[in-house]
Amino acid sequence: MSNTVIDIDNVGKQYMLGTFGTGTLSHDLNRWWARMRGKEDPFLKIGDTNDRTKKGDSDFVWALRDISFKVEQGDVVGIIGKNGAGKSTLLKILSRVTSPTLGTIKIKGRLASLLEVGTGFHPEMTGRENIFMNGSIMGMTKQEIKRKFDEIVDFAGVAKYVDTPVKRYSSGMMVRLGFAVAAHLEPEILVVDEVLAVGDAEFQKKAVGKMQDVAQSEGRTVLFVSHNMAAVRSLCTRGVVLKNGMVDFMGSVPDSLAHYLKNDDETRKDLIINNVKSTKYSLKVSNIEINGTKEANSTIRNGQEFIDVLIEGTTSEPLTYDVMLIFKTKDGMPLATYALGHYEGELVHCPKGDFTIQRKIALPKILTKGIICVDLFLHHPMVEYQLKAPNCCVLECEGFQKGFGSAMDQSNNGFMGLEDFK
Amino acid sequence: MHKNFQSLILTSMEEKWDIIITNRSKLFDIDFRELWRYRDLVLMYVKRDFITFYKQTILGPIWYFIQPIFTTIMFMFVFGGIAGISTDGVPQAVFYMGGLVCWNYFSDCFSRSNNVFSSNKGIFGKVYFPRLVVPIAGVISNLIKLGIQFSLFLAVYIYFICQGVHFNFNATVLLVPLLIVMMAALGLGTGMLISSLTIKYRDLNFLVSFGLSLLMYATPVIYPLSILKASHPQYLWVLLINPLTAILETFKYAFTGVGMFSWLYLLYSFVITTVLFIWGLLVFNRVQRNFMDVI
Ligand SMILES: Nc1ncnc2c1ncn2[C@@H]1O[C@H](COP(=O)(O)OP(=O)(O)OP(=O)(O)O)[C@@H](O)[C@H]1O
Ligand SMILES: [Mg+2]
Repeated sequence: MSNTVIDIDNVGKQYMLGTFGTGTLSHDLNRWWARMRGKEDPFLKIGDTNDRTKKGDSDFVWALRDISFKVEQGDVVGIIGKNGAGKSTLLKILSRVTSPTLGTIKIKGRLASLLEVGTGFHPEMTGRENIFMNGSIMGMTKQEIKRKFDEIVDFAGVAKYVDTPVKRYSSGMMVRLGFAVAAHLEPEILVVDEVLAVGDAEFQKKAVGKMQDVAQSEGRTVLFVSHNMAAVRSLCTRGVVLKNGMVDFMGSVPDSLAHYLKNDDETRKDLIINNVKSTKYSLKVSNIEINGTKEANSTIRNGQEFIDVLIEGTTSEPLTYDVMLIFKTKDGMPLATYALGHYEGELVHCPKGDFTIQRKIALPKILTKGIICVDLFLHHPMVEYQLKAPNCCVLECEGFQKGFGSAMDQSNNGFMGLEDFK
Repeated sequence: MHKNFQSLILTSMEEKWDIIITNRSKLFDIDFRELWRYRDLVLMYVKRDFITFYKQTILGPIWYFIQPIFTTIMFMFVFGGIAGISTDGVPQAVFYMGGLVCWNYFSDCFSRSNNVFSSNKGIFGKVYFPRLVVPIAGVISNLIKLGIQFSLFLAVYIYFICQGVHFNFNATVLLVPLLIVMMAALGLGTGMLISSLTIKYRDLNFLVSFGLSLLMYATPVIYPLSILKASHPQYLWVLLINPLTAILETFKYAFTGVGMFSWLYLLYSFVITTVLFIWGLLVFNRVQRNFMDVI
């Protein structure tokens, strides 16, 4: 017998968009009529995939589509994705708050969930009453709750308020209490949606620690949705990336994060030149290539020694410039700068007319595996910017590895590796 | 042969899953065993009803008495006094209060089940538990309220006996528990049935609260059936198809000996109640799976 505790098979969820009114009524009648004649639901076939930025013409949308994966016992699965990717919908279906339109999910063991901000508390009842209520909602007996009560209150840190109605709690306190109850239920599977965001740093750390305990020392399974990449990285053992309602990537946490982060900037266009934010009036840029391509996504291969930069265009005035590139992590942390004009104080003069700027930037020998974002500028230091293209392209670094070695990860080990002095 | 063998292996390797989530809804897949496992929660909900009822009130449970007392006085004044509707020789206070206590129980059960989704959407959107727990708990907490109000009725009843009024108290009174169960089932059934529509189409809510107050007049609460029979026999059928009529008339007959009591008619009411209850249960069970999407 395998250790699979959750088996998600081809799950889809269709939602209706817009407001409910007479239109809904006609859909309902249609559906009912089809059912009466023993036909299939006529609306199952239509509906767009869920890209919230594009306007579709259907009233229906697939918030989830063709989701299939398995979760083994003891896995801590991080589910990441953009706003509206379907993460909460998936967790809602798992917690049986709503049901899937298609597909099957099979679960082994007791599942406790903490969905979104604000938990299933009744505002008029005190914290104590709500703990008992919530406990029994999640299937605990009164005795079990009694045994755990002090621990829960202690973990939540709301001892002073247990006999006050929860409507007087701050939102962080609610989440603390909700998390404390869910985590102390000893469920076989704990499902946590983006809720920790409301808690303060101390509590977030405590909660992540608790989930780690739950998974590691007790061998339980955790499904965790968060936009906090650091929390996902430190907590999870597996990652699932959702995009427009579909599984976009599945794998180890660093790989999932890298995949997600590489694609997450929706404002970035496909071509570098389209990411230029501003140019000086006298300047017309016709082509930009970085790392040998016009595309905003490219790869730095294992052992690659340099990066090419090419800028072509015309200028109607003489130009005094320097090329500057800033390499950053996805979170915007600067890693390195290429700016000879700054270091050496030498600028390039070019007469009016067509120009071609070419640079070959040497790379450190040992690069780690990860994502590098590039800001590109043409400027006269301390005087003016002639071209600004922040975040214009993404370089995916394969990482240096040789022989029996293996590449290291940027997020844990920094941008580059050091060597012995020779 | 070969195929059989394969399927045998498959079934023997089949794993045991605790929860299976699909959209395939069989008509009769209400999990009563699960409901039983959640009985603690039913009690918790009943307790919660009382706690939240008391909270931030000064008179607390006294409100359970005030409402029927004042309504009865009002009825005595308006219907008994101004309109002069006969009560078949039964003291007005007993007649109205008896009708009111029953009607209140039915309408409380009804509104409780009708509002299940809208008043619990917060908690329903966060955690799973069998949704039936809530209307069932509602019926139970309303039962407690009924108990309180019924004792008020008994007090008035006994007061009139002490005053020397003679009531034809009879063995039909043994049917009262059944009547209560029927009222609960009817309220629960119709409430759940209508709740499935009101979630999505809110205008039905107006219709429902309006319809409920009309229904009271189509039920012999403030007048005896015999009056209508005598004065407007052409409308009698309206009351006769209403399953509540038999319940109320039987109740009044049990305590006062006046009223229309017939086994056949009670049986009719019982059948209709059962049908509505089961229908409501099935519809509720189907609706609760997806209602979060539309609320
Ligand atoms: N009841 C509903 N009716 C219609 N559409 C819905 C409903 N609930 C969710 N959706 C849509 O389904 C999609 C997925 O929503 P979901 O809440 O799962 O996103 P998410 O991945 O959790 O996003 P976030 O990061 O913002 O929490 C969204 O486009 C949302 O608009
Ligand atoms: Mg969400």
